[in-house]
Amino acid sequence: MSDTAWTPDQPLVSIRDVHKSFGDLEVLKGVSLDVMKGEVICIIGPSGSGKSTLIRCVNALNTIDRGSIMVEGQEVHDPDLDKLELRKKVGMVFQQYNLFPHKTALENVMMAPLKVLKQPPDEVEKRARALIDRVNLTGKEGAYPGELSGGQQQRVAIARSLAMNPDVMLFDEVTAALDPETVNEVLLAIKDLAQDGMTCILVTHEMGFAREVADHIYFTDRGIIVEHGPPTTFFSEAKDPRTQEFLSQIL
Amino acid sequence: MKYPLQGNTDLAVLKPFNYSPAGSVQDLQFSRWLAEFSPRSLLWLALLACLWPGIVLAQSNYTMAQALDALWRWLPFVVSKGFVLNLVVSFLTMLIGTIAGVILGLGQISPIRAVARTSWFVTQLFRNSPWLVLLFIVMLAFPFEITIGSTVYQIPDWLKAVFGLALPIMANISEIVRGAIQSVPTGQWEAAESLAYTRQQTLWLVILPQCFKRMIPPWMNWYAILTMATPLISLLGVEEIVTLSRQAMEAEDNHPELLVPFFGFALIIFFAYCYPIARYTLRLEKRFAIIQ
Repeated sequence: MSDTAWTPDQPLVSIRDVHKSFGDLEVLKGVSLDVMKGEVICIIGPSGSGKSTLIRCVNALNTIDRGSIMVEGQEVHDPDLDKLELRKKVGMVFQQYNLFPHKTALENVMMAPLKVLKQPPDEVEKRARALIDRVNLTGKEGAYPGELSGGQQQRVAIARSLAMNPDVMLFDEVTAALDPETVNEVLLAIKDLAQDGMTCILVTHEMGFAREVADHIYFTDRGIIVEHGPPTTFFSEAKDPRTQEFLSQIL
Repeated sequence: MKYPLQGNTDLAVLKPFNYSPAGSVQDLQFSRWLAEFSPRSLLWLALLACLWPGIVLAQSNYTMAQALDALWRWLPFVVSKGFVLNLVVSFLTMLIGTIAGVILGLGQISPIRAVARTSWFVTQLFRNSPWLVLLFIVMLAFPFEITIGSTVYQIPDWLKAVFGLALPIMANISEIVRGAIQSVPTGQWEAAESLAYTRQQTLWLVILPQCFKRMIPPWMNWYAILTMATPLISLLGVEEIVTLSRQAMEAEDNHPELLVPFFGFALIIFFAYCYPIARYTLRLEKRFAIIQ
């Protein structure tokens, strides 16, 4: 079952009835959603609604108790799963950037392709420089994370993740820790990616960005998906009172 | 009260920010205590040691001058044969203790439960045992000689003492390593994991390079403690500075006036050696705290 050949017309990420508890606290109570190749989906909702936990399950940083998560036809919730193979396909960017502080921006981007994928150094460096250019950080290659602003660090983190050539990118509230003036530069980098056809799953509070970039928006509250739809209808025609209340507070 | 607002307001109050880069790892109690002396205290100590025989035993016919003269004659012997051995023991102990301690510390954070539990137990056992008891056990349990092939190697007492002292050092280094690794934010592990690093790669490429610096001050702290503790091995008959001082005093007819100059000198030479280490340890700690 886990190795059925995956074809691009099937969902790239398929989440089915996922349950997850931390002790007595059930944070996911049966969540299902599909992400097609090239799609950008945004998961929104109040804090503590389980949205970060959900995407952390997609690359097996968290385990699930029940249900199924398939990435390119491979079951993530499988004890024999080769986590390393999965994580080569799934990139992730964190709220706190988590750059390696003892390495320069360029080294941060180059390390994983060099050490994990064992690719030749000159090729890796060429691609790393191109990625740093792509996130508009040319000239910062030699800077250490401590010398960069939050927005710059987050863009290096995006480049670092892209260097692995993932098939899908997870963004876990990547602008939540940023100063307001640097949020935009990070969103631009993600938008550029999305328009380039990268499959993206974003957990975000940036409604304007979700409206502009997402193909589909999911609203979660207390561990379930309350409502979802394409941005054209999601914001204007929200039916559930919880969604309406959340949107009225945010927008 | 220093912060009168605290406790009687509903407003958010910024509490004083205590920065401790590596938690218990940075517990440099000994170095702090030692470094608090002013460099001049060395001079006072020396002065005291010189005056003591003169003041207390003025009525005796063995004078301070004679006692100091005896010390002066024995000094090259006590230092070159005695104190040098203390240093050799401290170097070797630190070397063995560090290597074993790093392995044990990595064992403590092993994902294999049995390895982690065992490493934790060994660490706690040797960290909380009296050093002298460990020394006696090693001295008595170790064979006097080892036969490899047809050659018989005598194991000198001082080498056995090195192994005995290396046990508690190992356990304390193990705690330093574990503490330093655990002081690295979990986000670093997660970032490396999500980039498909293996656990080994995460540890050696991401985590250890970050906490290496944090381990140096507490490591030096333990070196100073160890050096100060090396005279313990005189109780086992190893011919280090205290043993040789006693032998020298015996050779000088055991005048009680000799006690303070000889042991005072031992005190001074240990102080002179460890004091700069303690000062430097605290300086390093401050510098690394700023970098972090």
